[in-house]
Amino acid sequence: MSTDPAARAATTPSPPAPYVRIERLTKRFGDFVAVRQVSLEIARGEIFCLLGGSGCGKTTLLRMLAGFETPTEGSIYIDGVDVTGVPPYERPVNMMFQSYALFPHMTVEQNVAFGLRQDGTPRAEIETRVEEMLSLVKLDGYAKRKPHQLSGGQRQRVALARALVKRPKLLLLDEPLGALDKKLREHTQFELVGLQERLGVTFVIVTHDQEEAMTLASRIGVMRAGEILQVGSPTDIYEYPNSRFVADFIGSVNLVEGKLVEDEPDHVRIDCPQLGGTVYVDHGVSSPPDAQLSVAIRPEKLQLARERPEQPDNVLAGTVTGIAYLGDATRYLVRLSTGFVLRVTMPNVYRREEQFEQGQPVWVHWHASAAVVVMR
Amino acid sequence: MPGRRSLFVLMALAFGFAFLYLPILAMIVYSFNASRLVTVWDSANSPTLMWYAELFRNAPVLDSARLSFRIATVNATGAVILGTLAAFALERYRRFRGRALFGLLTTAPMVLPEVITGLSLLLLFVALEQAIGWPGGRGATTITIAHITFSMAYVIVVIQARLATVDRSLEEAAMDLGARPWKVFFVITLPLIMPAIASGWVLAFILSWDDLVITSFVSGPSSTTLPQLVFSKVRLGVSPDINALATILVLIVTACVVAAGVYMVRLEKRRARDAQTAFDAAT
Repeated sequence: MSTDPAARAATTPSPPAPYVRIERLTKRFGDFVAVRQVSLEIARGEIFCLLGGSGCGKTTLLRMLAGFETPTEGSIYIDGVDVTGVPPYERPVNMMFQSYALFPHMTVEQNVAFGLRQDGTPRAEIETRVEEMLSLVKLDGYAKRKPHQLSGGQRQRVALARALVKRPKLLLLDEPLGALDKKLREHTQFELVGLQERLGVTFVIVTHDQEEAMTLASRIGVMRAGEILQVGSPTDIYEYPNSRFVADFIGSVNLVEGKLVEDEPDHVRIDCPQLGGTVYVDHGVSSPPDAQLSVAIRPEKLQLARERPEQPDNVLAGTVTGIAYLGDATRYLVRLSTGFVLRVTMPNVYRREEQFEQGQPVWVHWHASAAVVVMR
Repeated sequence: MPGRRSLFVLMALAFGFAFLYLPILAMIVYSFNASRLVTVWDSANSPTLMWYAELFRNAPVLDSARLSFRIATVNATGAVILGTLAAFALERYRRFRGRALFGLLTTAPMVLPEVITGLSLLLLFVALEQAIGWPGGRGATTITIAHITFSMAYVIVVIQARLATVDRSLEEAAMDLGARPWKVFFVITLPLIMPAIASGWVLAFILSWDDLVITSFVSGPSSTTLPQLVFSKVRLGVSPDINALATILVLIVTACVVAAGVYMVRLEKRRARDAQTAFDAAT
């Protein structure tokens, strides 16, 4: 599985021209704006993830791609064709529903064949394609079962087979793994990506689960209040969030406010009263001087030490006030002299490694590349 | 303590059932009474099937039974078709203007006094006949229309309740897979609400089968339904053959209820077994 967009693009022969193009799409329900001026380009063969909390407009955007909602403004192009006003039954798009929406009165076979039947595909072809699809999702032998005779994981695969059998140009997945338990979900994530790579269908996934987005997506669009805040690869989003919200929404983060006191092209120094000192960052920032900024540092990029480390910057003294042992890592809360509490995650590399104790004075330090400066 | 409580429950059950079914039981017993006087038990010649035999020789009774059956069948079918359409509109197009008013209007006949419904229908039929010459006189046609008018309200309630439980995404999924809206309705929605349509049909049938008040307003001289016949006979004095007729009706209804009950229990059992199979397969 490759999550790097460059590597993925290299394996697909298509030109980088956008396959799905969303232009200034807006959807209003009365006075409520569900989606606001969203523009987005998705390449062929991509797995694009719309990530956001509930009510952020991600599902409305997906439903507009499927044709269930008509945009108030803006347009949608798929493979160069304007589909904005095209009804769902005429779009080259299929959707996998969160509830799977399997027809309870039909067998697995009839469910998967439903889409092909609507197109008037010859009976013999329907049979072979349904059979192919069922073996692709490893459900051979289940053709005659009804949906209520299947387990959750099997239902999910029937829903996937039914959505893929028409060979859509675009497959929309609404919380595809939401209804599965944790173990099954991890397993299914890799299967889903493997299937997508084999068939080369473009996926658009809606999810509120950041882990799901990180593992599945080649690119993620983070949404809030109907707008897309940042689009980028999982690495971009995690390592270089462009706003406080994105930094805070994806993973865990220490966010402190600060002011630029030293502004050079190759480094900046930010005064953070909450930390009681300055933060040295080894990259430049494009912002006006004296601007109010935030500094985001991931807990796993902070380190603890008993002795003061030999580095001039990015060292703070504090006291351990909380310890959570998670097995693979230990999470510490460290209170600084200013009263601000930092979250620090230390991996448990060695067994019975000496742990820090409650109330112990420690030094917190980090590398100059660890912090990210975001606008407020 | 548990023993005493269960005795109390048993007593409550016995009294409840006695209250509900003793009158019917009395009627059934008296249908085998040989005496011509309904309230006098002729122990010498009873039990006898003579009233049943007489019933099947009684042409007016058979005629009105046939008429009632025909009206009830047509009514149930018509009410189910119109009721399904109305329920679909009420349940699926949630945001249309005047939805609340429309909903209220469709269910109003349920609470409207039957006398008023009957009277207004009579006035409408008379006015229509004078204006366009249809319906020519009153009879089976006007009774059927009148029955549809009020039984449809009940059908709407039954079907709307079922529609509310049908996952909307099933219809969307069908549309997404290429089915046009009318096809979605017939291939997805209709099969899923079939149980409600069936019970709506039976309900409409029974409502029409035993309606007397509205029927009296809109019936003509040539059309006498079974309830009308029973009522007019009873007014002249209860005759034993009415007991026999009523017993037959009770038996038919009981058979229907029992059959439906057995069917539902079987369905439930099969569902539980299938769910268990799925669970076993998953673990």
